[in-house]
Amino acid sequence: MTGGAALSRPEPARTGGSAAGAAGAAHVRVRGLTRVYPGAGGRPPLKALGPLDLDLAPGEFFSVVGPSGCGKSTLLDVLAGLSAASAGSVSFEGRAVTGQVPDGVGVVFQEDSSFPWLSVFDNAAFGLRRLKTPEAEVRARVAEALGLIGLSGFADAFPAQLSGGMRQRVCIARTLVMRPRLILLDEPFGALDQQTKLLMGDELLRLWRETGATILLITHSLDEAALLSDRIGVMSARPGRFIDLIETGWDRERDSRIAADPGFGAITARIWSQLREESLKAMRAAP
Amino acid sequence: MSRAGLIRTGVIVAALAALEAACRTGLIDRFSLSPPSEMAISAARILASGEYTRDILATFATVAAAAALSIVAGFGLGVVLYRFPRLKRAADPFLASYYAVPSFIFYPLFIVLFGLNRWPLVAVAFVFAVVAMAIASVDGFLSVRPILLRTAASLRLTRAQTLRHVILPAAAPYLFTGVKLTVVYAFIGVVAGEFILSGSGLGYRIAFAYQSFETATMYGLMLILLTAVVSVNMLLWARERRLHARLTR
Repeated sequence: MTGGAALSRPEPARTGGSAAGAAGAAHVRVRGLTRVYPGAGGRPPLKALGPLDLDLAPGEFFSVVGPSGCGKSTLLDVLAGLSAASAGSVSFEGRAVTGQVPDGVGVVFQEDSSFPWLSVFDNAAFGLRRLKTPEAEVRARVAEALGLIGLSGFADAFPAQLSGGMRQRVCIARTLVMRPRLILLDEPFGALDQQTKLLMGDELLRLWRETGATILLITHSLDEAALLSDRIGVMSARPGRFIDLIETGWDRERDSRIAADPGFGAITARIWSQLREESLKAMRAAP
Repeated sequence: MSRAGLIRTGVIVAALAALEAACRTGLIDRFSLSPPSEMAISAARILASGEYTRDILATFATVAAAAALSIVAGFGLGVVLYRFPRLKRAADPFLASYYAVPSFIFYPLFIVLFGLNRWPLVAVAFVFAVVAMAIASVDGFLSVRPILLRTAASLRLTRAQTLRHVILPAAAPYLFTGVKLTVVYAFIGVVAGEFILSGSGLGYRIAFAYQSFETATMYGLMLILLTAVVSVNMLLWARERRLHARLTR
């Protein structure tokens, strides 16, 4: 279960099953990751994920698409250190991730996770204040983050006064002020309408360029994955593995207008050709 | 004043006026019930004379002690039950049936334990109130949305920080309801205890006035007690509304 054994194990060449690149300065390295949920009440254990391999380069924008229930969110939980792997290893900046979120990793969830009893400013400042950061620095960094996500005018508002999209931005600001080097996003725009989603995607791209962070985005939207990513990992039905890896080849300077590029259609078509069969499987397997 | 407030005030004034009229016209026997105006005069006289000040203060001090102890211990019990779910599952049937037990039957026991002073009253009120606070606390902790706990973990909060900065504020509405209930239960426990078996306090004085046919004094004291309890509750209620408004506006 620990890193050493898995890392020293020779990697057999796999066809499509591995997202591991050439060994080098990987920012995130996943080897043989498996997650099994123990069976409750006499049922057999449920294999949710893997085994899968993944290497993320520093500053890369990587998206994971897959049918519902394929273990995408489980993958994010394990990468974040929010839950443990059943087998295999995850490392971030060369250190094993085990049972705790490492310093330098930020997570944004799908569900609204703003703190309703705090103002927008205090929500964004939350993590810094727990670290006893000097108040002057808290102010500067929160102001910067609120500016980046376009919420400067709402510092004193409370989450209940904001729309769903704005609340999600509050959560992104709360993560950004910590200056994470790796940002994990679990369908952060899933609950938003299509237009807001596209604009939020553009903002995310801008943040990504300006912060230089590595981003891993979990999504069920083919368009979102095709628009935003440098690389896309397509996952199979449960237990989730990578069945395809797609290099989009987009410029670093890009926004949602690339939807008009012929390459965009080609990418979504390729994802769907891989995913259709898996989605059908997932649908039939659903209770 | 809001429309609802006007209606509320109107209903109260009308009820008092009707009661006053019924007493004055002899519809209700004067010996059984004083008119509200005489109750107020009697209450004012009692407060002015200072004859009952010691009893009033004793009752309030006892309620304050019982409520404070119940809130602290109930909250602590709530934290323990939350931290140890198995313990909570084991305790659940007892918590659910707790208020089926008339805890006042233990009053003689507390007198044996603590002696003839105010402490048996504190004890009986504590026993009556503490579980309300414990149940409200643990319900509040369990009501915290799991995503907020995951957020706390993703921001690398320690266990103590998570409790202090996430669980407590998220559970605040429940805790507040617990505090309100606890204060009410402490009042009931203390005054009822004084009624049954005590030589001092408002409850004792009301019972004494009743037994010696001092109707005016009895109603005056009752009015004082009612006004005090309702005021404390209204204050807590107003605080609770402010808290609630901030979370939902």
